[in-house]
Amino acid sequence: MTTKREIGIVGYGVYIPRFRIKVDEIARIWGQPGELVSKSLGVFEKSVPDMDEDTATIAVEAARNAVKMASINPEEIRAVYVGSESHPYAVKPTATIVAEAIGATPDTTAADLEFACKAGTAGVQMCYGLVKSKEMKFGLAIGADCSQGRPGDALEYTASAGACALLIGDKNLVASIDHTESVTTDTPDFWRREGATYPSHGGRFTGEPAYFKHVLTAARNIMESTGTKPSDFAYCVFHEPNAKFPLATAKKLGFTKEQLAPSLVVRYIGNTYSASSMIGLAAVLDIAKPSDRILMASYGSGAGSDAFIYTVKEGIEERRKSTPHVQDYLDHKFYLDYSMYAKHRGKIKM
Amino acid sequence: MKKIAMVGVGNTKVGEWYERDLRDLTDEAIAKALSSTNIDPKEIGATFVGSMSSGLFNQQEHLSALIGPYSGVKAPALRVESACASGGNAFRVAMMALHAGYCDTALVVGVEKMTDLIDISDVTTALGTAADGEWELGAGATFPALFALMMRAHMHKYGSTLEEFASIAVKNHHNGALNPDAQFQRPISMETVMNSRVIADPLRLFDCSPISDGAAAVILTREDLAKKYTDDPIYVTGSGAGTDVIALHNRKEITTLESVRKATETAFKMAKIQPKDVGLVEVHDCFTIAEAVALEDMGFCKKGQGGKISLEGETALNSTISVNPSGGLKAKGHPVGATGIYQTIEIFHQLRNEAGKRQVTNNKIGVTQNIGGSGATCVVNVFSRGD
Amino acid sequence: MSVPRVWRRRKVLYRLEGAKCPKCGKIYFPARERCLECNTTPLEEYLFSGYGKIVTFTWVYTPPKGFKSRIPYCLAIIELEEGPRLTAQVVAVEQNDVSIGMPVEFAFRKIASEGKEGVITYGFKFRPKGYPNHAK
Repeated sequence: MTTKREIGIVGYGVYIPRFRIKVDEIARIWGQPGELVSKSLGVFEKSVPDMDEDTATIAVEAARNAVKMASINPEEIRAVYVGSESHPYAVKPTATIVAEAIGATPDTTAADLEFACKAGTAGVQMCYGLVKSKEMKFGLAIGADCSQGRPGDALEYTASAGACALLIGDKNLVASIDHTESVTTDTPDFWRREGATYPSHGGRFTGEPAYFKHVLTAARNIMESTGTKPSDFAYCVFHEPNAKFPLATAKKLGFTKEQLAPSLVVRYIGNTYSASSMIGLAAVLDIAKPSDRILMASYGSGAGSDAFIYTVKEGIEERRKSTPHVQDYLDHKFYLDYSMYAKHRGKIKM
Repeated sequence: MKKIAMVGVGNTKVGEWYERDLRDLTDEAIAKALSSTNIDPKEIGATFVGSMSSGLFNQQEHLSALIGPYSGVKAPALRVESACASGGNAFRVAMMALHAGYCDTALVVGVEKMTDLIDISDVTTALGTAADGEWELGAGATFPALFALMMRAHMHKYGSTLEEFASIAVKNHHNGALNPDAQFQRPISMETVMNSRVIADPLRLFDCSPISDGAAAVILTREDLAKKYTDDPIYVTGSGAGTDVIALHNRKEITTLESVRKATETAFKMAKIQPKDVGLVEVHDCFTIAEAVALEDMGFCKKGQGGKISLEGETALNSTISVNPSGGLKAKGHPVGATGIYQTIEIFHQLRNEAGKRQVTNNKIGVTQNIGGSGATCVVNVFSRGD
Repeated sequence: MSVPRVWRRRKVLYRLEGAKCPKCGKIYFPARERCLECNTTPLEEYLFSGYGKIVTFTWVYTPPKGFKSRIPYCLAIIELEEGPRLTAQVVAVEQNDVSIGMPVEFAFRKIASEGKEGVITYGFKFRPKGYPNHAK
């Protein structure tokens, strides 16, 4: 009997900074009704990086966790992609820092990716293609962001920090990638111009024509091309800029709240941008059983959605014991008030 | 071996000399040293300058050429640098030159002008270069931080207390108040020390020596020429130095300075003395913990008791052993590269009974101990009168 | 710090790379070119586990240039489980969390950055061992 060659995740790792600020506290500063804001977004608090953390440091932490779970020789990682909209340098890659830090250098390719909140999953697709075509044994895709929201803007309630790394290979998988496809159009719902500190967005335009159109289409397309339906999946994961959007998406597609619930970490850490759907996936992998199927659709403003179908593999329970789980990071937290938050995020002019 | 004699000394008051530059300060010290003895500047065979970081503090290197000629001394000159022990080592290098016969008389000048940097973090960084630049300073270490690491380890290992360390500052301020050349001339209370702000926990502001400007100069000659220049020369009867790895974390022990042990052993052996013979010592109290560790590693008390003997009054002026009668670095001030020379000058005056209100009566033998960095370098000298 | 100075130390800073003597087995942190025990050169790359314990520590309130934003920060001498010691900051701790003997592990952080336009130095700091589950 020959088994089909499968490509998938050989190790995943997350990292979420320990600092939090409550939506309530941000609302207090801007004279908004905190409880209502919190309720309408479905977000109670968000993660904040330490003053010596940035996208590169949290990407490295997540990558170290992924490599540890995979238990492979890092020199065999031949591609390192870091997707982010908050790379520490405008010119000079984050990916080289990560590659060097995990010991993948020098025989590797590395690049930074940017596609708003889906740059991380774009990297997953690139690694998937390279491994599938037998160009390499392992590729590492990371979504990481220490995102900035303009003070007083609606984004400030959710723009947070987190990283997730997926190590892609073809052996000893914790979950296979059974299929992936994307939807892309030119839709300027959210952007940040070169040199600008804070992003701008299209307000309500970010909803229907942007997030929902792309995520729903990508999810429907992948189910159609694989002949699957919501009930075939144990879990679904969608990009989570807030809790409202993925909840509405799940409902429109016919998924239950229970299928979505384990991935909804946005309530406790906010929108980690490039890491958002990937941390949602990691939270699901932390509790999933072998042969569970997972449908995932990321979203990146600009705009596009990458959809994936994963199947959890045997042995995952043992493998995931080696690294901290998403819940562990959620549990370890330290609250900041707005003034300390402003200092952490460099909002105080010095 | 013939002894080296100290025949003339001079120094500025230690302080914040905003209106004077490196040359003004050294000129005062050199002029005073020259006039304290009947020497013609042309008789000086060599000049040795100890300075830690004039490059970072004043954007000025090449001090050997800057200062001697400005003061009318055109002898061949050389600068010696070993952090805060630059003065002590310049003194030693001068002795080596005299012993080797390259000159008959030598001028040794220590100088540091630290107040040209007005941002405290610039001063901290400049001083920090005396630590391991890549692996200590690079990690965010400062000198207070390194001595705080030593202090916490000391408290943990020996049960020493904040009060013991505070008593060192109180004692040195008491002495400094009796020294007209000291930067701080007022006594302080235990409460002042213990309630002062934290610099690097557990070190507080009053555990630390200040940022200072000052220059000090001494004139050395061979034993057989000494009486030509003064009726009352002071002789170096023993000298020792020690060097250890630069980074505190790489030392065998955090709370013991091998360089101090080595330097003391060599100097005391040469002078044929024991710690119990010494009643007068100027030690390098850049921080209170540094005085405690110095007294322990020089053998003046048991390991761990360096602060305790201060709290118990054993190190006060004219008690069992008079430690830092000048006020030490803590109160007299710490113009880093000049400190070793200031210590030497204090001993010179003490042994000649010229120390006024702070005169130590048990003054047959005087000892100086000068360290560089967190103790990687140490110079110990033993002095006595001719009679 | 100058670019070449940081660059040539990147493996030590990023991954706690040291050196091991292929002849006598002596290990060094940071890496060096020649064995001090037996004069052998070159030495082999040796990766430290990243685990260690706090030998002594302080909280710094008066920092050198470039470290102001994090005051007070914890600075410690750490003994790696393989033996060598180093000086590093301890992060992810509050003032009462730190004690002598406390087990710690490698954490990847920004060490320094030269203003808004200069190069950023990344490297090792330490945090409680077992992070983020150390307190459980």
